[in-house]
Amino acid sequence: MKWLSRFGHFWWEFVIGDDWLVAVLVVVAIGATALLAAANVAAWWLLPLAVPLVLWISLRRAIRSA
Amino acid sequence: MNTGNTFLFLSAFLASGVEFVEALTIVLAAGLSRGWRSSLAGLGAATIVLAVIVAALGPALTAIPLNALRLVVGGLLLVFGLQWLRKAILRASGYKALHDEDAIFARELAEAKGAEHVERAGVDWYGFTLAFKGVLLEGLEVVFIVLTFGSAQGSIPLAAAGAAAALVLVAGVGIAVRAPLARVPENAMKFAVGLMLTTFGVFWSAEGAGADWPGSDAAILGVLGFVALSSFVLVRMLRRERRTQLRTAEVRA
Repeated sequence: MKWLSRFGHFWWEFVIGDDWLVAVLVVVAIGATALLAAANVAAWWLLPLAVPLVLWISLRRAIRSA
Repeated sequence: MNTGNTFLFLSAFLASGVEFVEALTIVLAAGLSRGWRSSLAGLGAATIVLAVIVAALGPALTAIPLNALRLVVGGLLLVFGLQWLRKAILRASGYKALHDEDAIFARELAEAKGAEHVERAGVDWYGFTLAFKGVLLEGLEVVFIVLTFGSAQGSIPLAAAGAAAALVLVAGVGIAVRAPLARVPENAMKFAVGLMLTTFGVFWSAEGAGADWPGSDAAILGVLGFVALSSFVLVRMLRRERRTQLRTAEVRA
């Protein structure tokens, strides 16, 4: 059980890292892209625009908590 | 080589290179303090475990439909890349200390020298586990990058070739100098890797979600340019803010 929890912790740290909000915002942005694409609307621009926005939010959080 | 494949090779090379530099520091610390036999045994054992993981996961990944794979892998790379970029931007703007390979080496060396000598299976156990854990953890990141990049771009061997080239370079320089590679501009490399991971993540997750890129694979360069430009703007903004903060603190003091 302890091994399993360590294994889970390792992957959480590895992929999610210091700020879980980044993962949540990425999932939201990908979901919005999928919705636009399903509605036959050009959707390629959404994720590139999400990058600076997500970075800015996450950086502000990191600086505030420092 | 087309744009996607060139980018794939370079990304795997740079990302793996950063991880190999970190693994080298640990193997050197274990070897110099606890003897090369235990350090190299740890390195060898971790390499075997990593090879088993690649052999098990590589074929399994290629069996997944490409669009589903790109959606999941792209999403993971995007999260992973944004975390790398975030750290690199915080370091470049002065909000986080730079990664100091010399200091890490000195700390690992001191800890290893002070540890008790326990011999198991003919090797010093501390040296073995230190090298094993270090190589396994850093190696897992390389495996993750090679398998995800390679499978989503449809060429695991090319991604593996990029990682192998980085391994030969880092191991060759490491053997030649027998010291941690402190002169490697690690934050600049991590910045570059963060940009590439994020770019691939954006490109593949959008494709996996059903979006069509104007210009197909060539759009990767446009995404890279945009992500790089935004990141540099963020560094400049935060650097200015940090300088103002430090100046205000000086005036108050």
